[in-house]
Amino acid sequence: MLRRLSTDQPEKFNFTKVNLNWAKAQLKKYPKGRQASAVIPILWRAQEQEGWVSKPAIEFVADFLDMPEVRVLEVATFYFMFHLKPVGSKAHFQVCGTTPCMLRGSEELMNVCKARINEKQHSLSTDGSMSWEEVECLGGCANAPLVQIGSDYFEDLDKSSFEKLIADVEEDKSPVPGSRTGRFSSEPASMTKKYSRKKSSSENASIERFRG
Amino acid sequence: MATRKVKIDETIQDFDENLTIIQACELSGIQIPRFCYHEKLSIAGNCRMCLVEVVGGPPKPTASCAMQLKDLRPGPNGQPPQVLTNSEMVKNARKGVMEFLLINHPLDCPICDQGGECDLQDQAMSFGLGKSRYAEDKRTVEDFDLGPLVETHMTRCISCTRCVRFTTEVAGIDQMGQTGRGEDSEIVTYLSHTLDSELQGNIIDLCPVGALTSKPYAFTARPWELQKTETIDVMDGVGSNIRVDSKGNRVMRIMPRENHFVNEEWISDKSRFVWDGIRVQRLDTPFKKINGNFVSISWEDALLLASEKLKNGKTTFVSGDLISTEALYAASKLSEYLGGTKVLGDLETRCPLDGRSVYVGNGKIEDIDNAKNILLLGSNPRKEASVINARIRKAWLTGTAVYRLGLEENLTYDVKEVGYSFFDLQSFLNKMSSKKSFWADTIFLVGYSFLNSKSSDSALNLVRSLVERYKSKFLVLHPNASAVGALDLGYEVVSDVKQKFLGEATTIYNLGCDTLPLNQESFVIYQGSHGDKGAVSADLILPSTCYLEEDGIFVNTEGRGQYARKAIQPPGKAKENWRILRALSERLGFTPSYLDLNGLRSALFKEIPFMSRPGEIIEVPWKKVQKKRELVSKTPLASYVKNYYLSNSICRASETMGKLAKVRNSINFKKAS
Amino acid sequence: MLKEKDKIFLNIHGFHDRSIKGVMSRGCWNDTKALISKGPDHIIKTIQDSGLRGRGGAGFPTGLKWSFMPKSNEKPKYLVVNADESEPGTCKDREILRHEPHSLLEGCLLAGIAMGCSASYIYIRGEYVREREQLEVAINEAYEKGFLGKNACKTGLSFDIYSHHGAGAYICGEETALLESLEGRKGMPRMKPPFPAGAGLYGCPTTVNNVESIAVVPTILRRGSGWFSGLGRKNNHGTKLFAISGHVNSPCVVEEEMSISLRELIDKHCGGVMSGWDNLKAVIPGGASVPLIPKSVCDDALMDFDWLKEQRSGLGTAAVIVMDQSTDIIKAIWRLSKFYKHESCGQCTPCREGTGWMMRIMERLVIGQASVEEIDMLVEITKQVEGHTICALGDAAAWPIQGLMRHFRNEVEDRIMTYSSQKAIQAAE
Ligand SMILES: Cc1cc2nc3c(=O)[nH]c(=O)nc-3n(C[C@H](O)[C@H](O)[C@H](O)COP(=O)(O)O)c2cc1C
Ligand code: SF4
Ligand code: FES
Repeated sequence: MLRRLSTDQPEKFNFTKVNLNWAKAQLKKYPKGRQASAVIPILWRAQEQEGWVSKPAIEFVADFLDMPEVRVLEVATFYFMFHLKPVGSKAHFQVCGTTPCMLRGSEELMNVCKARINEKQHSLSTDGSMSWEEVECLGGCANAPLVQIGSDYFEDLDKSSFEKLIADVEEDKSPVPGSRTGRFSSEPASMTKKYSRKKSSSENASIERFRG
Repeated sequence: MATRKVKIDETIQDFDENLTIIQACELSGIQIPRFCYHEKLSIAGNCRMCLVEVVGGPPKPTASCAMQLKDLRPGPNGQPPQVLTNSEMVKNARKGVMEFLLINHPLDCPICDQGGECDLQDQAMSFGLGKSRYAEDKRTVEDFDLGPLVETHMTRCISCTRCVRFTTEVAGIDQMGQTGRGEDSEIVTYLSHTLDSELQGNIIDLCPVGALTSKPYAFTARPWELQKTETIDVMDGVGSNIRVDSKGNRVMRIMPRENHFVNEEWISDKSRFVWDGIRVQRLDTPFKKINGNFVSISWEDALLLASEKLKNGKTTFVSGDLISTEALYAASKLSEYLGGTKVLGDLETRCPLDGRSVYVGNGKIEDIDNAKNILLLGSNPRKEASVINARIRKAWLTGTAVYRLGLEENLTYDVKEVGYSFFDLQSFLNKMSSKKSFWADTIFLVGYSFLNSKSSDSALNLVRSLVERYKSKFLVLHPNASAVGALDLGYEVVSDVKQKFLGEATTIYNLGCDTLPLNQESFVIYQGSHGDKGAVSADLILPSTCYLEEDGIFVNTEGRGQYARKAIQPPGKAKENWRILRALSERLGFTPSYLDLNGLRSALFKEIPFMSRPGEIIEVPWKKVQKKRELVSKTPLASYVKNYYLSNSICRASETMGKLAKVRNSINFKKAS
Repeated sequence: MLKEKDKIFLNIHGFHDRSIKGVMSRGCWNDTKALISKGPDHIIKTIQDSGLRGRGGAGFPTGLKWSFMPKSNEKPKYLVVNADESEPGTCKDREILRHEPHSLLEGCLLAGIAMGCSASYIYIRGEYVREREQLEVAINEAYEKGFLGKNACKTGLSFDIYSHHGAGAYICGEETALLESLEGRKGMPRMKPPFPAGAGLYGCPTTVNNVESIAVVPTILRRGSGWFSGLGRKNNHGTKLFAISGHVNSPCVVEEEMSISLRELIDKHCGGVMSGWDNLKAVIPGGASVPLIPKSVCDDALMDFDWLKEQRSGLGTAAVIVMDQSTDIIKAIWRLSKFYKHESCGQCTPCREGTGWMMRIMERLVIGQASVEEIDMLVEITKQVEGHTICALGDAAAWPIQGLMRHFRNEVEDRIMTYSSQKAIQAAE
């Protein structure tokens, strides 16, 4: 896929105070003079703040890390998790389409996306709240098929649970991440039963504790 | 140097173990095909064209450009490692790579400017399959605007990244890159900016295919129609070795020739693209000023008028910046005959530049490579000698420290600031005075803004005393091609050229100097090629050839005399410079000892023997330093080249240079990387 | 089947307490100082003797790799942990990162000190945000307890661990691309030599290891090399995390003994192949880049490096992708070709151009729109990519197709025949 900067660009970019402090702290991880190492994390933080990576953001990061702009542009266009144009304001669905997920029905999920969001990936839904794309293996193959929204994985999906997920997002219900079949993580089904006898939480405790 | 025995195909030979396989093969006369590899750039190893078989290595071919001999494993019984350059494995690999390179290539050789001198075309013939098995759609790629010099046809790009490596490594600008990933990656400049470099034209030569071509040359000629002349550039004092390609009597393009000692294999954009100024604003017939207007006259009348003026009163000959040593010699002889004076027109200084060890120094351009410290004293090599600047950058990249006395301008590398004035220099020298080893590994590069300054004589003396004491190197960077030749011939330097004229001369004989003050009261004869400032202020114009139209010797900034050769015929009635002067001499009753250029040269060589060894630098005796004085002047050194792209009459006539001056009026001041 | 007592990862599914208290109650960080005080040589020797082979895919002996690190201390040395886990089918390191991070951290400390490293960077794929958060919680806990930092585990030695992340690029799992990425550039593999042990991160000696390779180290050191090498077949020792996906009743990640039979693995842990073993068509036994094996080979398959290699496949990352009879196997492999085309970094010619070409031919083969000769041509193209690239991604892109043609060529030919006869009928009508 060709990856170019959006033709529509904001005037400027600035980190919020919190993010700026966070970014400064990142630099401590790397030896002196190696601050360019932080380019991915810092671009990532910029994307978390704005939803996508704009030209002013690239120039800000270049300046912040004392890197030539074109080197930051190279990074932003090389790594596919950087969105170079705005994505859905509520959610951008990243549907894994690689073979393990395909074997377990990811094409059906993408059909749902086409019907509910937009026929074309990387395009916004009519109200601009959602967008989707097919991504390569998310590394959750034992919980296939799965979809990533922001930082979270939604796993063991099928057509109806995915439709429910989209509906929840639409209704601002902030759905709980994790498996949709009651699994805790990637344990064999037999263990799920054992586990749920021990702990009676109906929600996915694994994920909940992640957030705490 | 540790050596290593390596068997290449069937021959065993000793090599420096730090060589790569491709270099070793080259030494033993075996040409390995390559696209991404380039001797002067970092190793990318990405095209995979240079694959060879290493016997006993992994069962797959190895990129010969990236593998050093010392990393090869010996045979089971300690035999020298063996490299095969033409085995089945190698042939298959090459064929495969060739096929991959061509699948997305437009194969538009008939309309490509690279046609006929394209590495891809040549290697496809040698290693390709003949017909394409690729049945899918070809990729489409968008072009981007690189400004007035370089045209892009990115569908032809094979992602060898030579251009990116050149611009970042040699030119020192971080503006080119490869964005995206995989099949869809693209070579770009940041947001399609024009490159901020005086060396960008070199990427045209480096591009092994026709993706980056010359905009001014576009579609004007095919390589086989071109007449090629090997000659010397005069856009600055470097004496870059160039090749001029002409068609009929027109220059179509100028390219570098490799000369390790001088320009390596680069030339500046000025040297490369100035040719469209050759035929513009030309003086093609003699002119005489009548009531402020120029009227064309015959050569006969022109010479008559000139000789009348020269006969009476006092004449000063002024050397210009683009004039050959032979012409300067002819003028010099005439001046002697007339009892006149001769001065260097482009340098005003109080320094008595007596002797080569003073005005050239004891250093060479190549000494920059090995110096640990480089001191730039009143010189901006980026503007005054762009390819030398690239050389300084190269040294800097390997750890050489660069110090600067003068204005803060971006030179594409980091410099340590000494200050602005001679006073600052004195403080620096005091601070460093005890560091013997520092000075021993130092080369001083002294520029015209140093020599131009007040009390430069004491300053130069002080610098030379360090050189004398610590055996440092010292080189004057002359920004003009004629300067050293003129100094060799005894042209004087004065502190105020204007003063000199107003005081003494009744007639000024101006050999193409365009920096003379206007409104002279004396009668001014201008001998030159272009109707520039110098011509405008003249009373009589004698039209002459320019550097591509006559043979001539130019002595570069390090004192290396080199032969420039005639590539095209001059326009109209313009005549060779020495010939005009000889005709005039005869008219004045002085018959020079020579009849033709060869004769002139013999006479010249007799007087200045070292001129007879073109291409060489002749060691000259060191002139002892005089007494030293403290430097106290706090006047900042002013910069010498004001407008890089418009620094001489040919540049000023060139449309391309005019465009460039507009696009890149001032050199970007951003920090180096 | 692996006995409970031989398991290394006691909380791999995260059922139990993951706080450092819970972790320590299971034995992690238990007198780490004593392990360190036996000295670097002891650690390296124990790992060498245990027969541990790298869990990142290539199976290179871990202890041997560590022994390549220079002994001199001229420059800082680094241990870089490869947590980029992006090989399709592979999702085992994820479970270590989020549920057993302390095993990894303790392993980093031990391995790092054994090699004289001053710090370790853990490079996590960008998508694993929650996993990274979990790891970072664990890192903070370990610093608070004094296990890491200036006087790590009171040994007087200083050792730091930093988490770092990518942003979506499979190629950054290749160790030198990972280092490029960690230095703030595009993830483009470097040429070797120099190998990372000579000049790796920031030009300093570096060892790159997979998450699992490092996370098993503390247990091996505690229980001894003999215990580890007592598991599995010769040259294929220890326990291994398997990730089973695709057409099984219960896909999962489990720790098992190396060399377990494929059938046992699937039947015991995954509730069997969907609709039974006989419904099996083929298995990709080691992640997307290894060639598939058909059912006939699966019947006897042992899940270890050497057995699978003999079958011209590989254990890779032990990511088992199961495909039953309902699978369109051509499409399944095409989808992998698409993956490799998407993930090629674009640096070297054969991979940049070849992955796209292979995918496009595969795309046509899925519907049969091709001629039979194109099968051979495709195989030849895979051979033109294989072995000619800078890194192994080119090989990885070639092998699945070679596996397909080796075992299912008939099916590909049939598809072509069907397509052309349909075309002929359409034309006749
Ligand atoms: C294209 C490619 C992708 C790779 N991805 C991973 C990966 O995601 N995780 C990993 O540990 N190793 C990966 N590797 C292998 C690493 O290069 C390296 O061999 C490994 O991290 C070494 O660790 P080990 O010795 O502990 O196995 C990959 C290799 C290639 C060629
Ligand atoms: S094989 Fe592919 S991924 Fe590896 S360096 Fe070459 S282009 Fe990049
Ligand atoms: S010349 Fe060696 S890989 Fe390009």
